[in-house]
Amino acid sequence: MFKTLCSTAAVALALSATSALAEVKIGSIVELSGAGAAAGTNFRDGVHMAFEEINAAGGILGEQVSITEYDSQTDPQVSRAMVQKAIDDGVYAITGTVFSSSTIVNMLVAQQAGIPQFTGSEAPKITQMNNPYIFRTAFGSQKGIPKMTKYMAEEMGIKKVAVVWANTEFGKGGHSAFVDEVGNHGIEIIADIPTEQAQTDFSADVLKAKNSGADAVFVYLTEEESARFLREAQKQSIGLPMIGETTLIGAKVIELAGDAANGAMGHVGLTADADIPAMTDMVARFTAQFKYTPDHNAIKGYTAAYAIKCVTEKNGKVDSQALADAMHGLKLTVAECPGVLMDVSWDETGEMSRESFFVEVQDGKQTIKAVLPPN
Amino acid sequence: MKHLKLLLLSLAIGALVVAPIGQGNYIIYTLCSWLLFSISAMGLNLTLGYAGQVSLAQAGFMGIGAYITALMTLAGIHWIVAAGVSISTCFAVGLLLGYPALRVQHHFLAFVTLAFNTLLFLVLRNEEEITGGSFGLVGMPRPSFFGISTNSNLAFYYFSLACFLTAVAVMWWILRSPWGRSFKALRENPIRAESLGLKIRRQTLLAFAIGSAFGGLAGAMQAPLVQFIEPGSFALVHSLKILLMVVVGGSGYFYGPMLGAAVVILLPEVLRFTEGYYLIIYSALVIVLMVFSPNGLIGAGQKIWTKFRPKHEERRDMQKGFQL
Amino acid sequence: MAELIQILVSGLAAGSIYALAAVGFTLLWQASQTINFAQGEFVMLPAFFVLVGVHFLGLPLWPAIFFGLLLSLLILGVAFKRLIVEPMLPHGTLPLVIATIALGLLLKESVKEFYGATAQPFPAIFPQTVYNVMGASVSLQDICNLAVSMLAIGGLQLFLSRTRTGRCMQASAQNPAVAEILGVNVKRMVLYTFLINAALATIASVLISPIYLAKFSNGETLGLVAFIAAIVGGFNQIRGALVGGLLIGVIDNLSAVYISAEYRAAMPLLLLIAIILLRPQGLLGTKEGRSV
Repeated sequence: MFKTLCSTAAVALALSATSALAEVKIGSIVELSGAGAAAGTNFRDGVHMAFEEINAAGGILGEQVSITEYDSQTDPQVSRAMVQKAIDDGVYAITGTVFSSSTIVNMLVAQQAGIPQFTGSEAPKITQMNNPYIFRTAFGSQKGIPKMTKYMAEEMGIKKVAVVWANTEFGKGGHSAFVDEVGNHGIEIIADIPTEQAQTDFSADVLKAKNSGADAVFVYLTEEESARFLREAQKQSIGLPMIGETTLIGAKVIELAGDAANGAMGHVGLTADADIPAMTDMVARFTAQFKYTPDHNAIKGYTAAYAIKCVTEKNGKVDSQALADAMHGLKLTVAECPGVLMDVSWDETGEMSRESFFVEVQDGKQTIKAVLPPN
Repeated sequence: MKHLKLLLLSLAIGALVVAPIGQGNYIIYTLCSWLLFSISAMGLNLTLGYAGQVSLAQAGFMGIGAYITALMTLAGIHWIVAAGVSISTCFAVGLLLGYPALRVQHHFLAFVTLAFNTLLFLVLRNEEEITGGSFGLVGMPRPSFFGISTNSNLAFYYFSLACFLTAVAVMWWILRSPWGRSFKALRENPIRAESLGLKIRRQTLLAFAIGSAFGGLAGAMQAPLVQFIEPGSFALVHSLKILLMVVVGGSGYFYGPMLGAAVVILLPEVLRFTEGYYLIIYSALVIVLMVFSPNGLIGAGQKIWTKFRPKHEERRDMQKGFQL
Repeated sequence: MAELIQILVSGLAAGSIYALAAVGFTLLWQASQTINFAQGEFVMLPAFFVLVGVHFLGLPLWPAIFFGLLLSLLILGVAFKRLIVEPMLPHGTLPLVIATIALGLLLKESVKEFYGATAQPFPAIFPQTVYNVMGASVSLQDICNLAVSMLAIGGLQLFLSRTRTGRCMQASAQNPAVAEILGVNVKRMVLYTFLINAALATIASVLISPIYLAKFSNGETLGLVAFIAAIVGGFNQIRGALVGGLLIGVIDNLSAVYISAEYRAAMPLLLLIAIILLRPQGLLGTKEGRSV
């Protein structure tokens, strides 16, 4: 009896899926409430802006794109349900989620249904699960951190480092990637300082880093916590270079930390301040439309939408399987797809590569110190 | 009247059996979540609605259940054993936690459970050797019974429904037993109940422990349903969410928690058209409901029902029927 | 030594703000048996009122703070009491607890929806000059925060014990029925309590936001800390809430440095459990129950 029931359900699902392809349906599943709301909203708005532009320019293969929104509430269980719902609604591709704990769960559902999913997550694990339907929109921290540690060891001559990290799945991912990598460059971790999610008082953490005798502090916190950390570090005049990822030196952090952000440096995959006209232009339009400065998550969402458009038009048909197949081993240049903003490529696991930057904050602006090649 | 009740009951069970047929996976998944949260809320209702104590750790108990089940089933032990261990552990933890807290009267159980839930979150996150830390545990197998696997969503739904009906039957039996009836006495007049020889503290403690054990069962079902657990799913906010389910539905009513769980889980869906505003609307509705009907939706329903009913009718029977 | 001083100073500065929130918490409890689960959001919200004043009405900082105070008194004081607490008092504690949980959610989500999900910088009221005291960095901001909180709480204590209105408020809290008979306008006294709570929340909000930034979700942590501080100090004493707040601030920093950063959040909770088991009335609480 179960078998009959299941097959009935499968037939019903298949029917609704085929009839739904009259227009190109995209499911946007992101964190619109809960702890991930800031990141999720950025990503969502990036996706929206791109598809509005695409629709205004005639859509994908002449068909208009419709986006259906789902709020994952930053809850893995809900995110799984929402991906399921998007698939039941017959979407062509999925954009989101940003938080890795959600993506790890809901990507299994997209995989079962064979729907390509463009995630904003950077946790290394995501592309290590042999899922042929997951694609990153920014490379994982296991790719970014080696670029940075190499720079720290070779260009800055750092030997001893204190690590301040958020004790969440996000921070843990960066922390373990960093711990794995430093050994290769002869850097020693002499203080390991985990912090809480949404922590407000960083005086104890700054104090520990300051008294640890390190040459530099590696900071792997989310934007707002980074800003609080930088302010406290300035107050206690920490006197050490602070190095991190996008979340330490992003535009939002600079806005929040004010002049406390000056001197902080780090590696960024995507930056609104990169000397790339297409990126600067996109950021200006975004700011005009949504009344706030986009962060890297917005750029991730924006480029995901254009990647979907360009690859679909390359394929010549709106077919989820064909999209997923074409993405593997693909190189997309700005010349053929201006919307991706920078040349980008995806490997067989859905991991992506792109040029990235090592920047320092000077006078409240990101200044590019080095361009790091894709790895 | 007995016949009417039986008829309604079998209608309800029939509806639950046919509900998922022909539905998409999402609907079935949501129905499973509803069954699971109903069980958890039913347990909390015993603590809150019948014994009058606020527990803010129901999600924590679900976490204990979910982690025990996940670890045991990942080690190859059958789900039924894992669920048994989960339920008994939650019962034992409930006793340990409740005993000292209930020594001091008033809301101290609320405070202790609040602290416990947050401590549990920290332990689950920090002891990553065992619990997987903030990355959580992935890939718990779904159980199979007598060679029938519950891997498909529909099969898992019927498995959840079986658990749910068992839990309902147990709760029904508890409340009908002489022991359960004494709760009513406690609630109506604690001083009189005590003078009749009821041990208030022992009763309340057991109610809390049993309520927690229901949370353990719900957790044991959550692990194979989501096939992923992480500490954040069992944080304090989720305990508050379950508390809202009980009170919105109607605490102290047998069917209150099920109604409340349905409202909390389905309302985002119903209010979808309001986009980002649904949580605002939802929380405003809860406040309005509490102001006008502290007995929740069932209480409000009864209020309206009795208003429109002529007074000389046999009201009691109608009320019972309504609760279904 | 310098390290210890640094920890103590930072802990006290943070703790004094927790104390403000905790005092409001105990006040509401005494006046109306309200366990306000939205207390954290009450501290989060006024900062946004001020930001609205600065960014949308174009007010300078101090008038904007005054504007924020007025709105807080109206919304978190009068409206909260009239629309939510008053109609629900006859129903007992539980529905009110639920309503305040929902209110917290409502405030949080409204700020997120109407002001934004990301944190906002908040203008500093006090200069951020840093002094070096025996090797520890102490900012003028921290000292001023500590001083303002102490003054606010001390002033409140004086008001309650030395003025006629204050004593009427105490009487209403201890025994509303007798106070009513003696001619105290109990309802008005309860309203005053709500207004004082709103004012304290505004002060806490304006002091804390320049350092912690204004964000819709700030209330989650703050509310929990205020709650713990209130119980630890003694649920029926203002002095208790003050001591509880300072203690939590210092313990948090001490445990982060000397015990375990991973379990720093556990220390206040363990303290809470220990207090409930060993001294349920709190550190400074008295057994007999309610008194301001």
